[in-house]
Amino acid sequence: MSEIPHLLVHEHDDNVGVVVVEGLTAGTDMLCCVTHDNSTFRLTSGADVPIGHKIALKDLKEGDTAMKYGEDIGKIIADIPKGGHVHTHNCKTKRW
Amino acid sequence: MASKYSNMTVKAFRRENGRVGVRNHVVILPVDDISNAACEAVANNVKGTMAIPHAYGRLQFGEDLELHFRTMIGTGANPNVAAVVVIGIEPGWTKRIADGIRATGKPVAEFSIEQNGDFETIRAASWAAKEFVHMTSEYQREECSISELWVSTKCGESDTTTGLGSCPTVGNMYDKLLPEGITGFFGETSEITGAEHICQKRAINEEVGERWYKMWKAYQDDVIFAHQTDDLSDSQPTKGNIEGGLTTIEEKALGNLEKIGRTSEYIDILEPAEAPQSGNGLYFMDSSSAAAECVTLMAAGGAVIHTFPTGQGNVVGNPIVPVIKITANPRTVRTMSEHVDVDVSGILRREMTIDEAGDELIDMICRTANGRNTAAEALGHREFSMTKLYRSA
Repeated sequence: MSEIPHLLVHEHDDNVGVVVVEGLTAGTDMLCCVTHDNSTFRLTSGADVPIGHKIALKDLKEGDTAMKYGEDIGKIIADIPKGGHVHTHNCKTKRW
Repeated sequence: MASKYSNMTVKAFRRENGRVGVRNHVVILPVDDISNAACEAVANNVKGTMAIPHAYGRLQFGEDLELHFRTMIGTGANPNVAAVVVIGIEPGWTKRIADGIRATGKPVAEFSIEQNGDFETIRAASWAAKEFVHMTSEYQREECSISELWVSTKCGESDTTTGLGSCPTVGNMYDKLLPEGITGFFGETSEITGAEHICQKRAINEEVGERWYKMWKAYQDDVIFAHQTDDLSDSQPTKGNIEGGLTTIEEKALGNLEKIGRTSEYIDILEPAEAPQSGNGLYFMDSSSAAAECVTLMAAGGAVIHTFPTGQGNVVGNPIVPVIKITANPRTVRTMSEHVDVDVSGILRREMTIDEAGDELIDMICRTANGRNTAAEALGHREFSMTKLYRSA
């Protein structure tokens, strides 16, 4: 891959991806890579998101399930637009 | 089937019981908290020895006491330890721990403080320690198969990069070396929450998987639900995990479980600090997810090298087991590289494959076994933390 990806996604079923570069700013035309098969797509970031934090790959609604690794990682507790920052303010465990 | 890993060898120490160690420590081991001072004085008198102070060992009872003995005996019995001086306040429990270590065949001397005082105990124990240093410093490394290594893993200060890079690196190592006959340990019981359905299926058979699930459920019910005062949102995931982008325990658990790779299956489950009895293979040890506690328990179970993926930069080490730090987080490599042994941040840039990263880790395991000091060893990280099950009597 000649260009370094901004965002990595584990599986095609996932609806969130991980920022893997420092200093990502809103409006960046991100190169996104699905690690399962190294396929790529592009997405525009909707916020300044720190390295390691997640971005929604599509519009997520309150009550939706956040998917990563192709698995359920918790519930969406506030609407998140495509490209938005996904974290503790809008996503919560279903466990404890 | 022979692979490119089959003929790998390391230069290590073969102990009296046949086990292979990668360090040659002379340990001064306190039975209890009030014997720490005497142990530290002996270690100060005799260079080439190491005291392992800790906080417990008095008025414990029942399962908690058994765990204390198992941790103490397992630490002394670990093949990275060549000889042990045991010091306790009174002779009874001191002898019990010394005899437990002695069963390995390694040299052990024991001393108790009551009726002697610190001065007389330190004098006598220093003579024994000095003899052990002379004797063990002549031990030679010999060629041993990589299959004879017992390698543990536990990750810490995890973030989303651990699930993408450093944990799959460890998993790739296990997928390659477990078929060669190494013994592996993973654990962190509470941190499998959210991936327990996957972990149960990674048992070698249904019976082991069911026993695993019962153990995991007991931890949930007896530890987490019995003591929780909130939703654990500041504890599991930790503040550091959240800073690193992990949002929920489910997300953390799925990343954690990447450490057992794609094909590895565990063959049995272990009590905390219990040594494997079912032959070569991967074991799940019931353990806390706190780094120092978990590494201490796995070392007491007999692991001689620990592989430690980190995202945000956990700095933990262990007194007797070299802890190899692996990170895929480029910010952590940039800001705290003195703690990093294996940099796999190339995985995030898609410049390095998981397969290549696994090979780099295997190379670092061999170099560490041959004697290379890890970052944690060079920086003096010797965290030794006992797991306590409940209050003392």
